[in-house]
Amino acid sequence: MAHVNDNIKAYKGFRSITLLCLVVLYAPLVIVTIYSFNASQSITNWEGISLRWYADVFTGPESEKFKVAAFNSFTIAIIAATASTAIATLAATAMVRGGNFKLRTVSFGLISLPLMVPEIVTAVATLIFFNAIGFTRGYMTILVAHIAFCIPFAYLPISARMQGIEDSFEQAAMDLYATRRQAFTRILMPLMAPGIISGFLLAFIVSLDDFIITNFVKGAGVETLPTAIFGSVKQGIKPNIMAISTMLLSISIVMVTISYFVSKSDNTK
Amino acid sequence: MPGNKTDAIDVRNAVKRYGDFTALKRISLTIRDNEFFTLLGPSGCGKTTLLRMIAGFEDVTEGEILLYGDEIESLPPHLRPVNTVFQNYALFPHMTILDNVAFGLEMRGKSKDTARKRAGEMLELVQLSQFAARKPSQLSGGQQQRVALARALAPQPKVLLLDEPLSALDLKLRKAMQLELKHLQRETGITFIFVTHDQEEALTMSDRIAVMSAGEMQQLGSPTEIYEQPRNMFVADFIGETNLLEVSVDQVMNGRAVCHLGGGHALTCNSVEGIGEGAKVHMSVRPERLFMSDVPVETESLKGRVAENIFVGTDISTLVDLAEGPQFIVRTSNSDRGNKRIFEPGSEIFVNMELGAGRLLMD
Repeated sequence: MAHVNDNIKAYKGFRSITLLCLVVLYAPLVIVTIYSFNASQSITNWEGISLRWYADVFTGPESEKFKVAAFNSFTIAIIAATASTAIATLAATAMVRGGNFKLRTVSFGLISLPLMVPEIVTAVATLIFFNAIGFTRGYMTILVAHIAFCIPFAYLPISARMQGIEDSFEQAAMDLYATRRQAFTRILMPLMAPGIISGFLLAFIVSLDDFIITNFVKGAGVETLPTAIFGSVKQGIKPNIMAISTMLLSISIVMVTISYFVSKSDNTK
Repeated sequence: MPGNKTDAIDVRNAVKRYGDFTALKRISLTIRDNEFFTLLGPSGCGKTTLLRMIAGFEDVTEGEILLYGDEIESLPPHLRPVNTVFQNYALFPHMTILDNVAFGLEMRGKSKDTARKRAGEMLELVQLSQFAARKPSQLSGGQQQRVALARALAPQPKVLLLDEPLSALDLKLRKAMQLELKHLQRETGITFIFVTHDQEEALTMSDRIAVMSAGEMQQLGSPTEIYEQPRNMFVADFIGETNLLEVSVDQVMNGRAVCHLGGGHALTCNSVEGIGEGAKVHMSVRPERLFMSDVPVETESLKGRVAENIFVGTDISTLVDLAEGPQFIVRTSNSDRGNKRIFEPGSEIFVNMELGAGRLLMD
């Protein structure tokens, strides 16, 4: 009998297509990372390893600008991730535990639609909205916009986790003399924790690296890291941009790694 | 009307409706103190709904539920001194076995130390002390089941509710747990209300059984009453195996009813209150209360032909096509083979009822 090989590696071109995809995805990141350690002024000529561009980020002529932008980016990301995670947790509780209420499908659509709307549309719409209600653009408008568009990102891992938790756990808790509140804090919250942490980290990363919406709703003079970087690049790419990009990249990697391990960790084992 | 302080649970005219669907149609029943009480019925009969109403997970549409004389139907679950063993156990997966068992005690305001000490004792009672530090997922189904029991018993509820807790276990373990539950109930002196669709389980464990169907109570009685004196067709058919005959009642006298089959063959059995002369009803006869002979033992012996013998371990079931009536099952215990005869398929024989074996049924 002929052996049928259903291993995907048996398909012609598997290896080359995989390699091509990996190269297109990761070569730019690898090059930026390597050249961030370049001693040269030029972004293309390699002149040996140096940390001068990292030093430049913190002490160079643009350092003040980047420090303020980094402060804005991180405070906004932390507040927006916290707020959107809280809202998403409540939304997931209502959606998963609220029974089959009338507008459930509509509600789910409303929560997840922002993921599918082109970001530029959201950006323009948010800008028009702020103008219409007479909000002055600045730090607050960025924060509000970030909280809003982070909600669906936080919602997905939280509701996925919640769907895996049978409601008999809460019933058992209440049967054992726990109030509704105690059942929520003692039973439901710990079981949902991995989902909530993943949701928070995802929202944090999405907020930290958002450019389009931020660029539209930020006021003059208020910058976040992505808009500050974009501003610098417009005046020519200097190696300090590569250094700062590499730092952002490592923060993202750390966050994604934590998120991965949290979602893998199971407090029920 | 004030409640009786000595009855564990008093359900009065309880109705449960979901929109247009009525899950429970005006149920009234009293469960006594220190009783092993079973709600038995097929799925969808309303038994679990009634249990959840007592626990507080379902509202009572109409009627009252009293616990040792106090109305509880409007109390939230955490204020009712009853605990539940859930069908899927619902052990808290992020807590250790010990913390699971201690949870109810802690919620009742006991200190962590007191709660844990008592939880330890409960684990000893169900012989799981060595697993105290484990998580539920590290235990087998049978062990989880015992943890669920210990957790529900630890706060010393006035009534323990068990929602088909044995249904996920394999047959051997289930049999063992049936006995263990019965012993636990006697040891703790707590009233148990057990929900099951397994009639054998109900007969084995219960002091009294309420047979339910389609949201109504069909019969309430001891296992023997339910089995030997089923009130209606549903109970006779649902509990154990039975043979049914359509009969007309000719005469009721001195506790005996004389009936005849469609073809005129006369049969006598005990009379039943509510079934009078002229009634057309069914008569139920349990297969183990029939025996076969090659000549008629009495005038009432039913003529038939053996269709098949089925060996089922302890018994032999013989299918007999009656000359006047449907196919009958006759069960002969293997230990009775000295007295009772088995005939080859095709044999022309007579089926005889033991005295008092026939039971008239309401529809």
